[in-house]
Amino acid sequence: MKFGVVVFPGSNCDYDAYHVLKNVISQETVFLWHKDRDLQNVDCLVLPGGFSYGDYLRSGAIARFSPIMSEVKKFAATGGLIIGICNGFQILLEAGLLPGAMLRNKNLKFLCQHVWVKIENNQTAFSNSGQMGQVLKIPIAHFDGNYYAPPRVLAELEKNKQIVFRYCNENGNLTEEANVNGSANHIAGLINREGNILGMMPHPERASEKILGSEDGKVIFNSIINYLEKKAVISPLPSLIETF
Amino acid sequence: MKVRIIVRFKDTVLDPQGQAVRNALHTLGYTSVKDVRQGKFFEIELNKIDPGQAEKIVQEMADKVLANPIIEKYNWEIIEA
Repeated sequence: MKFGVVVFPGSNCDYDAYHVLKNVISQETVFLWHKDRDLQNVDCLVLPGGFSYGDYLRSGAIARFSPIMSEVKKFAATGGLIIGICNGFQILLEAGLLPGAMLRNKNLKFLCQHVWVKIENNQTAFSNSGQMGQVLKIPIAHFDGNYYAPPRVLAELEKNKQIVFRYCNENGNLTEEANVNGSANHIAGLINREGNILGMMPHPERASEKILGSEDGKVIFNSIINYLEKKAVISPLPSLIETF
Repeated sequence: MKVRIIVRFKDTVLDPQGQAVRNALHTLGYTSVKDVRQGKFFEIELNKIDPGQAEKIVQEMADKVLANPIIEKYNWEIIEA
């Protein structure tokens, strides 16, 4: 399978993602510059973490206007798989490819630490190699990760099982302290209604090798490969009545 | 022509930075401060255009870029004709 890592000015997790996909997961991987218009026939796009355009205005707000984003939108519309990690998630939100927005962390601190997230839906292209309720140890590193969506949208996300990961403690309990950034409904990662786009604040690419303290991030990358190789059968999301 | 655009959080969205500023003001003894909401401010210089056209493009720019309509609202005014 072929992965494309999109590089924006200010991306800083692009090489980490590239390294894991190429050397740990052993997949063909290419970098795609934000000015590129050719996605080189990749099977999955990765929007990596970092501080695209210095986080000016709002995190992800300027990157969304990069030339490659119109191609990313076309790719999304045809069902292409996209994973946005951290700043990549923020860009997907600003681009309207995922619902909601990010607010500053509730404690107003930049958080850089390992957290635990629980798999809430393992019937997705991004989580099928994990178990329901499985607790993953993956680090976060962000200032604006406090997920917000209006109550009506949150209810839709819950109903449609679009929430893939929630912040929890080591034992999988959804305690208030475990929800470090204050995200609505403990949301750490979610998919769009069609299920082909995932945004997540934790960094799976920083938790895919034992030497880094956790290999749990591989669950996400292995799931994508399972899905692309059609080894995983994903039941479709519940039918949708209302649109965002 | 110069316009001023103020972007702030919607009333329904928590503003932890505003709260931190309020707490700091309280610490300094300004106990009459009830609440603080903070936001962003843009001053944009436009080529000479008629006010109707200015309204159209300012609102368009604010909706598309300057504010995130999910969490923010804005108001604007012409400060220099």
